[in-house]
Amino acid sequence: MNAPFPMPAGVVPAFPPPMGLIAELTHRCPLQCPYCSNPLALDPVRDELPPEIWLRVIDEAAAMGVLQIHFTGGEPMARRDLPGLVHRAAKGGIYTNIITSGVTLDDRAMEALRQAGIDHIQLSFQDIDPKENDRIGGYEGAFVKKRAAAARIRGAGLPLTLNFVIHRHNAGRVAAMLAFAEEQQAERVEIAHVQYYGWGLKNRAALMPTRAQLEESTDVVEAARERLRGRMVIDYVVPDYHAARPKSCMGGWAQRFINISPAGRALPCHAAESLPGFDFPNVRATSLAEVWESEPFRRYRGTAWMPEPCQSCDRREADWGGCRCQAFAILGDAGLTDPACELSPQHYLMAEAAEESAAPAPAFVYRRMNSHA
Amino acid sequence: MSADLSIPAPILNDSATVPRFGAGMKLRFDQVRAAWIVLGPERAFVPDEHAVEVLKLMDGIRSVAAIAAALAEKFDAPAAVIEADLWPMLHDLAARGAVRL
Repeated sequence: MNAPFPMPAGVVPAFPPPMGLIAELTHRCPLQCPYCSNPLALDPVRDELPPEIWLRVIDEAAAMGVLQIHFTGGEPMARRDLPGLVHRAAKGGIYTNIITSGVTLDDRAMEALRQAGIDHIQLSFQDIDPKENDRIGGYEGAFVKKRAAAARIRGAGLPLTLNFVIHRHNAGRVAAMLAFAEEQQAERVEIAHVQYYGWGLKNRAALMPTRAQLEESTDVVEAARERLRGRMVIDYVVPDYHAARPKSCMGGWAQRFINISPAGRALPCHAAESLPGFDFPNVRATSLAEVWESEPFRRYRGTAWMPEPCQSCDRREADWGGCRCQAFAILGDAGLTDPACELSPQHYLMAEAAEESAAPAPAFVYRRMNSHA
Repeated sequence: MSADLSIPAPILNDSATVPRFGAGMKLRFDQVRAAWIVLGPERAFVPDEHAVEVLKLMDGIRSVAAIAAALAEKFDAPAAVIEADLWPMLHDLAARGAVRL
């Protein structure tokens, strides 16, 4: 499946095409989750790409061999042109997925998406306790709306994925979350510990679970996987602060995904905008094929860029050196080994940060436009 | 996770079972990669050539026995032998969410 494209002689070999396109349609969102994966500096609505550019990008993605598109944000439902974009992607043979908070998924919106050819919707919950759910998302009444959205997705005959983000305030309720997913007949559930970038990093001390909490949630997930095999898929993501080896972030830098920010910047991942010293291409002026071969995408692709201890490590093509954004956030250099790896000389910094979970949790800094200053 | 697959699933291997695609799962030929691909909720994988043959025969009507019979004819092999090979593959595909038994 890795047949290379034809290329001019003397050029760096062309890379297999991306599997997925992550379309961040907007940074607007009715929720204010303190672990939001968006950057601290949110794109204002006036900078958002117009629909005609998104349509061109979707056509280019289909021609390149992109297999799946993930419409996300912010809240992608905030864009009125969402059904039209879904329709265009579906027509191009791309598997369409929407990642939503569900609070605006009413009957009309559901029907428009169904007619557009949506394949799958991932619905987020902030907690299984309704009051906590609403407190964490900073949105009164969200839980009730989300439950109604789950019923609408089921009613439309679509597969349902529920997403729960886990941290020190809800880690004890993973069993109840899984029972709820089972009750909703979800095909798939994500139990995803917070990843500490952007707002999550800003709120790290308020969110980091203890090691005991992490181990308990892992045990609960493993038992449920055994019990529900063949009926419900459970994807589980751990916080790498407690890990011995880094995660294979995005399946390697610019190896599988292109992420487009609301303003059109093409990135290897949603957090990469935080990295200095990059001139990321913008899809307003650059085709997706050019994006894929651009200098920022090639910089940390593969293994040639790796320093030690990655370069001689037998896991270098398993975890691809971990996460560039984490190396920058913790060490100030995106070109170093992810400090989540215990072979990194700076691994102790991650271990120390994990100890923040022993102290009382400070208040959340909610994710709002201009609340990070 | 793959090591778990040797543990017998709590489903009887009944030849009359009609295997179906899991909700949201699709089999698609990708021109760019010149390969069949299974697509589903935030997952995609390239099935091996045997799995492709089986997935192409899954139409929501054919039972496991009928799929085995069709393959027996196509590959000139005993249906019972094919069906015996079919079950571990179907359980593997079910564990990935691609197939419902």
